Amino acid sequence: MIEKALKGSTGYGLWMLFLLSIMGVGGLCYVQQFNYGLGITGMSRDVTWGVYISQFTFLVGVAAGGLMLVLPYYIHNYKAFGRIVILGEFMAIAAIAMCLMFIIADLGQPMRAMNVLLHPTPHSMLFWDMIVLNGYLILNILCGWVVLQSEYKGIKYPKWIKPFIYLSIPWAISIHTVTAFLYCGLPGRHFWLTAILAPRFLASAFAAGPALLMVIAMILKKTTKFDVGREAQDKLVTIIGYAAMLNFFFLGCEFFVAYYSQIPGHMHTLDYLFWGLGHGDQVYNNLVPFMRASVVMGLAGIALIFVSRARQSDNLLVVSCLLIFFAFWIDKGLGLVLGGFVPNMMDQVTEYYPSAQELGITAAIWATGFFILSILYKVAISVKLEKDA
Amino acid sequence: MNSKRRDFLKIAGLTAIAGIAAPSAFNTLLKGEAIASAGGQHGAAVPTGKRWGMVIDVKKFSENPDLAEKCVSTCHTIHNVPDFGNKKDEIKWIWVDSFQHVFPGDSSHYKQPEALNSMPILALCNHCDNPPCVRACPTQATFKSKDGIVGMDYHRCIGCRFCMAACPYGARSFNWRDPRGKDANGQPFIKAENPKYPTRMRGVVEKCNFCTERLAIGQIPACVEVAAQSKALVFGDLNDPNSEISQILKTTFTIQRKPSAGTHPSLFYII
Amino acid sequence: MYGKGRIIPALILFLGLVTSPMWYKSGDAGKMPKPEKPKDYTECVAPTQYMRTSHMVLLNEWRDDILREGGPRIGKTANGTEYVRSLQNGCMKCHSDKKKFCDDCHNYASVKPYCWDCHLQPKEAM
Repeated sequence: MIEKALKGSTGYGLWMLFLLSIMGVGGLCYVQQFNYGLGITGMSRDVTWGVYISQFTFLVGVAAGGLMLVLPYYIHNYKAFGRIVILGEFMAIAAIAMCLMFIIADLGQPMRAMNVLLHPTPHSMLFWDMIVLNGYLILNILCGWVVLQSEYKGIKYPKWIKPFIYLSIPWAISIHTVTAFLYCGLPGRHFWLTAILAPRFLASAFAAGPALLMVIAMILKKTTKFDVGREAQDKLVTIIGYAAMLNFFFLGCEFFVAYYSQIPGHMHTLDYLFWGLGHGDQVYNNLVPFMRASVVMGLAGIALIFVSRARQSDNLLVVSCLLIFFAFWIDKGLGLVLGGFVPNMMDQVTEYYPSAQELGITAAIWATGFFILSILYKVAISVKLEKDA
Repeated sequence: MNSKRRDFLKIAGLTAIAGIAAPSAFNTLLKGEAIASAGGQHGAAVPTGKRWGMVIDVKKFSENPDLAEKCVSTCHTIHNVPDFGNKKDEIKWIWVDSFQHVFPGDSSHYKQPEALNSMPILALCNHCDNPPCVRACPTQATFKSKDGIVGMDYHRCIGCRFCMAACPYGARSFNWRDPRGKDANGQPFIKAENPKYPTRMRGVVEKCNFCTERLAIGQIPACVEVAAQSKALVFGDLNDPNSEISQILKTTFTIQRKPSAGTHPSLFYII
Repeated sequence: MYGKGRIIPALILFLGLVTSPMWYKSGDAGKMPKPEKPKDYTECVAPTQYMRTSHMVLLNEWRDDILREGGPRIGKTANGTEYVRSLQNGCMKCHSDKKKFCDDCHNYASVKPYCWDCHLQPKEAM
């Protein structure tokens, strides 16, 4: 089955070459980082996590988003997702692979990564995150591949895979919950110290993950004969739309608690992210344009996605999904992690700007993720189209 | 019928055993719980074993303006702490800051002595009784030892910096680059190496170790030694009611950094 | 078997290439290392054979015991001589020449321990 990834159109070949070239440049950046140390990034003593960890956090959400396809199809027997569910599972594989790469890229001593297994520490959330992420990766490879292989052979998938599929559903929730627990269990970081962090993560995940999937599905519809079907499309719009609304509801709750209680620690980071934090005689606001854009894009995306369904417009659907995806990418892949470090534990402000090498490595990991995704989707779609013919 | 009777007997037997055993088992559990959760009790912790602590008399540092910096430089020299000359890569085990930064949130009312903000206040690892960094570390590279000191094993640290996110006191530093390197002018970051103590390597987190290596050979921490004459720093066993530090804490009003974080620091400040 | 004519010779060639370093150096152990032992001391903390094979285990044990368990910093040899359980302040006191003692064997065995990334070697030998 994998051989289907090796043959494709010129467009497919060029796309893969393009990804490989980004991976190459980023690889060189990583060599530099490996030799010099993490000081080559924009991170500092005050902002100790940067784009690597924030991308990781966002991508855990993208991976968990696959749940929104698996759950209706396998639990509620929602047949319309028959063609798209495999895309969700394969996207989870690529997203988790990116997560693991981002963690390795962020380690000061990557050669010692296995110490986490050598000295298992149940009281550390990072230990559990390692378990749930790797577990989810294995589950998705297993379920996706076995089901697709059965389809390839023209038989129904074997019975023994069902328990694994069922297991993957709570597991998807667990990956994003544990990832939220990395942040919300730390005393002294007020912005993260909120019980709705995990629910908020899940809401944004269930919007951003399927939104990305929808964009890819529309591209496939244009470039190949693969069509996920109108009914699936419309149902996904509902899921994305409501999940996105839920995310904004949670965000609103955060705003209320901070500004109604007037507790300084709760307000500081929101000030920094959305209005600019005055500190001494300076105002720190390098993330303000992004965060405001995120809110505008997110709300516009929600409105447009329902319009797109009413008008049955694929173009509008793509635009609204892109708006939602990038809104949540900024919200979680930028503001959430970086904002938590401002102000620091001594009530001082240091702003963070990623370095060129850091961005190169980040781009390369995204490219690697899309490389994996392209291979998996090529296989899946070839199998599906072969069956159609 | 027969099998039903057997089931009944089984259940009856089990119930009897459970009835006898449960209270004692419950008691044992509770006892264990009481010891394990000493730090989580409402109120003071139950003293067991040794627990090193420190009192920092800020007034004495104000009377003796160079003293704080001398404590810092002594510590950094004997522990081979590098000086990169910039804030981004900075590594510090102990440092001087102002009241509003060492005690953020406590300085929010606008009428307070003007002298407060110009006082040099030492900040260092609090060696918490309930340390969030230890909870966060995925490899137990940072750990709490029996004498209350929060230690680091640099061999094991993977450099994930989770402990830095977890520490509510900003006490931890990361080796963003090789501490043994040299700057653009060829000057080493570690000005004079102390041959008795190791350096660190790139990619690990480091912090104050309360001079474990000195305590082991009967010496007091280096900063305390520097400040010994003026008694600006007092070091001792918090669990020994007769120790000098316990006496001071009994008779003097002291404050701690972020007590609401529930970390139970081992550092006390006299302002 | 499909493509038999090419696969088998290619496999043999591959195996040959992969194992070529072994063929090339077979029967030759190279120049044996002769680490220079300290002259003024006759006894180490453990028997020579144990030290030769397991000194790294011992160092790890010292570290974990002292750091985590609050173990003693001073140890005693079989003959009652006291020593510091420390690489930098113990071992290197007698074995003061890292190049002639540590590196000699480590280079031969092609191991690169990271001890010296942090621990300082005695000044005179640097």
